[in-house]
Amino acid sequence: MSTPSIEDALAALTGEDVAADSPAETVRFLTILPGHDKQGVAERFSRLTCVAGDVVCVVGATGSGKSRLLADIEWLARADTPTGRSILLNGDAPDLSGRYSGGGRMVAQLSQNMNFVMDASVEEFLNLHAESRDVALSPAHLTEIIAAANRLTGEPLSATHQLTELSGGQSRALMIADTARLSASPIILIDEIENAGIDRHRAIELLQGADKIVLVATHDPSLALTAPRRLVLTNGGISEVRERTTAEEKLASRLTRLDALHAELRAAIRGGESLGRFVDDERLP
Amino acid sequence: MKLITVAGPPACGKTAVILKTVLELQRMAVTAGVVKFDCLSTDDDERYGRAGIPVQKGLSGSICPDHYFASNIEETVAWGHQQAVSVLFTESAGLCNRCSPHITDVMAVAVIDVLSGISAPRKVGPMLRTADVVVVTKGDVVSQAEREVFSSRVHGANPRARILPVNGLNGQGAFELARLLRDEAPEHASVTGSRLRYPMPSAVCSYCLGEQRIGAAHQIGNVTSLNLTVPEVTP
Repeated sequence: MSTPSIEDALAALTGEDVAADSPAETVRFLTILPGHDKQGVAERFSRLTCVAGDVVCVVGATGSGKSRLLADIEWLARADTPTGRSILLNGDAPDLSGRYSGGGRMVAQLSQNMNFVMDASVEEFLNLHAESRDVALSPAHLTEIIAAANRLTGEPLSATHQLTELSGGQSRALMIADTARLSASPIILIDEIENAGIDRHRAIELLQGADKIVLVATHDPSLALTAPRRLVLTNGGISEVRERTTAEEKLASRLTRLDALHAELRAAIRGGESLGRFVDDERLP
Repeated sequence: MKLITVAGPPACGKTAVILKTVLELQRMAVTAGVVKFDCLSTDDDERYGRAGIPVQKGLSGSICPDHYFASNIEETVAWGHQQAVSVLFTESAGLCNRCSPHITDVMAVAVIDVLSGISAPRKVGPMLRTADVVVVTKGDVVSQAEREVFSSRVHGANPRARILPVNGLNGQGAFELARLLRDEAPEHASVTGSRLRYPMPSAVCSYCLGEQRIGAAHQIGNVTSLNLTVPEVTP
């Protein structure tokens, strides 16, 4: 007696192809129309617009509604989520056909908890990512992504490195370079990325240069002040939209100098040097 | 009552996804119950019970778990009606990836986690390939690119399915899943006469019936031989 093959039976199940992962349309600007917080209190802004290349900081305690805000953007909410917010792309209510294509279509996310788990080399991984988006990865493109990653980290990585052997900093750098150069998502959220091992200011510049809208969820003052606007989340709603003040700009440039000093100190420690020469550095408080 | 079959490999996060989804349904004033099918043991009924969700469990023991599911689903639906819930979930682990509990015209959800590797969507078989909705879990711990590659592999294995990421820990995505199920799952008075989407194994060999001894002499019934290649010997 012959056993019918599983593949034969599955072949009979093929159907129409409906949820194709279509590339996201070019997003020149994104508009958030206000909703309400968990108590139903209306958000106090009339509309919030972010243009490609903008950096916007998102702050608030755990549970204040940061995840829901991103989910509203990812879902292209039409007053049909718990916050009642709506999202417009390029000024119009967007097409919702991509809602079920697997996530990350609108918002690429990068957090400190994310790691590479794929058993592949850097080159194989980038090829797989390109393949999943139906684009060909040329050798020049591959080299460019790796070079972009290496501008963000002090420990260079190469095409032949195994993903799972990369250090935390190298992984973060590759994730950012890959998102900037190979991901279709028009928006990226950077969630509490530590300063160690990666130049976060350059990372943000790289993403801005790739015309992404960069959302930065952080409570690190130096990083938060790179954004001209801060969205303050309280109790599930955007309770305040804070513009960076002139005084904060001055503070930001002083903090940047302090960050640079910190980076030099780290490099010196990594290089096995003595740090005595820094004791009278003018950048020290 | 809406019946929803949820299936996925062990430890992929089925229970966490259902718990978060029921919470969202309750916020929409939609009541839900769960019947958990498992093989040898489960504590998941206690997790549902602690959350105040009406729950029953069924352990298949020595019976093939998907056969056990198919032969108990009518009574399961009847129990859901007795509980007067609006949505009834069945949760079952696809234990050998060979079978699928999904039923024609009953909303079918497959759960799979991104940590299971990029070949998993193909390996998991009919419970994913015949599903209406594929929920992808644990996306918060891998890179964006790996999430995108994984979604495209799920799409490759089942081009008809809606793909939805859900975080079983913080519930992100559960609202969207709850609303999809509330709006699109069909109502069922009963499943009597309904058809499974995928056939069970054309089994019955001596081992199905309890044989434990190894050897050709003990193999009776539907037996298939593995075709092992033997190196050619040059004369």
